Amino acid sequence: MAQYTKGIAGIWTDEHLILKAARKTREAGFTKFEAISAYPVHGMEEACGIKRSWIPYVTFVSGFVGMILGLLLTWWTSAVDWAVNVGGKPFFSLPAFIPIIFELTILFAALCSVAALFYACKIPRIDPPNIDPDLSCHKFAIFIPFNDVGYDESKIEKMFKEMGATEVKKTEY
Amino acid sequence: MIKRSPLVLGNKSLKDVTDDICAPVERFPSRGWIGLFLGAKTLLLFYIGILAAVVGIGIGLLGVNSPVFWGTMIVTFVFWIGIGHAGTLISAVLFLFRQKWRTSVARTAEAMTVFAVMTAGLFPLLHTGRPWLDYWLFPYPNQRGPLWVNFRSPLLWDVFAVSTYATVSMVFWYIGLVPDFATIKDRAKNALRRKVYGALSLGWRGTAKNWSHYEMVYLILAGLSTPLVLSVHTIVSFDFAVSNLPGWHTTIFPPYFVAGAIFSGFAMVVTLMTLVRIGFPEFKNYVTLDHMEVMNKIIMTTGMLVGYAYASEFFIAWYSGNQYERFVFINRAFGPYGWAYWTMVSCNVLIPQLFWFKKMRRSIPVMFVVSIFVNIGMWFERFVITVTSLHRDFLPSSWGMYAWSWFDTGVLVGSFGMFLTLFLLYLRLFPAISIAEVKPVLHVGYDEKGGHH
Repeated sequence: MAQYTKGIAGIWTDEHLILKAARKTREAGFTKFEAISAYPVHGMEEACGIKRSWIPYVTFVSGFVGMILGLLLTWWTSAVDWAVNVGGKPFFSLPAFIPIIFELTILFAALCSVAALFYACKIPRIDPPNIDPDLSCHKFAIFIPFNDVGYDESKIEKMFKEMGATEVKKTEY
Repeated sequence: MIKRSPLVLGNKSLKDVTDDICAPVERFPSRGWIGLFLGAKTLLLFYIGILAAVVGIGIGLLGVNSPVFWGTMIVTFVFWIGIGHAGTLISAVLFLFRQKWRTSVARTAEAMTVFAVMTAGLFPLLHTGRPWLDYWLFPYPNQRGPLWVNFRSPLLWDVFAVSTYATVSMVFWYIGLVPDFATIKDRAKNALRRKVYGALSLGWRGTAKNWSHYEMVYLILAGLSTPLVLSVHTIVSFDFAVSNLPGWHTTIFPPYFVAGAIFSGFAMVVTLMTLVRIGFPEFKNYVTLDHMEVMNKIIMTTGMLVGYAYASEFFIAWYSGNQYERFVFINRAFGPYGWAYWTMVSCNVLIPQLFWFKKMRRSIPVMFVVSIFVNIGMWFERFVITVTSLHRDFLPSSWGMYAWSWFDTGVLVGSFGMFLTLFLLYLRLFPAISIAEVKPVLHVGYDEKGGHH
């Protein structure tokens, strides 16, 4: 499919080597490469130069929106649209509405954060190309797309091999 | 420096971890599993029958009557919701506290949460007596005014709290499962399995950028679940505490209920984990005796917190000088339901004291039996709170007893059928330990050369 790009991938079997390799790949000037692992490797974000995720902002804003919506819902239904006198309590009984407002804050914040994750990771995605099935088990890979700065297959292959890659292959990702 | 014992035994490689944890999903189920599943499924069918009768004929089949209008449905609802809380505590609260031992238990505990909340959620819906009208619980524009729900009622807070809790714990659980589904998909030799787990994995690929977002969302969900789980049982306790009934109307209820929830939930985790360790011996390297011991310590601690709450309730009943409050508590311990009260005290406060001894904390048979007692005791705690506070009303002329019928037994026992069926299916179909979370903690407790500290 068109959304996937061709490129070259190196495969490693050691966590320490992939960290070094990622750092070197970045130092070699590549910017669009991907490091693939079966679990979050400690220190990989620094090695790849990945910035802190922007998702917390989404969480904050959506939580805030949830809170305002909860406040509006309880206020409008209990005090404006059809005010019913319940045990002589005020129509707008804020303390009694706090549990509702709180739950809606959490619900909105959680669901929107997950939606943001889906957006950021571009999932769900049907049958994405897979460089090696063992990448979700015990192997690690670095993939450099053909349109990256200074892309040169033979040079990259040499570089990957020097950094201890067990396998280098041309692929799509 | 204090030596850390390894979290995962047996010097496992990354490949071993994947193989071990995927094994129960990939092989033909054992005879033990099939036996348990058939048993649980039969119990579930029985439960469906009982519930059909309760819905079709009416809530009067249960023992609820005047003055005990809340009975098995409410008691068992609080029981199951409480059990659910330990799962969130392990997966979210311990995550925030960076307790690495949680990784190998978190998935199963979280699954327990989801199933326990599902089981619990049915009770208040059925207890309304006309479950086909339950959508009235939600504020939606309607043609009756629109007449809105009463947001001042703790029962409505419960609707919001429990449904939010169910949603967020399911999402949290699923997000944790996504990378592991991808692992199973990549290992699949069978085309159907590949398709199903491929769909479940949402096309997850595990690039460093994705992991970075993923870890952030996991942290955020843990951070959101923590106040959420505390709020849920607080609100469940408000169902009682906001009323003016002696025995219910106490300020201690929210922390007391939360402590009780953690207590009962951890007991259920220990019950299930001892069985999982027997059923899937390869998990013994992941859920080690150290894990079980830590959970037993939590059981003992929260057991004593609950015991403190029992004592302080009594003290306040006397100290308040309120004669109704005093009467309710003396009646609770020495009245016609005294047996339930003392069952609760012995199961929850006395029996967990065994865990002062290291030998007991580390003995699988002992912890299994103790955890069963705690489960029984915690069910009785809710029974005592609900029924004994109601059965001797302000007017002696309206005193009565809860008319326990065999439908009550059916509802209580049957609910385990629902829970266990779901749980057993989960053990077969989902990786029961988080593969992607265990791998980063593999090295904990080992030195550079791979030996123990």
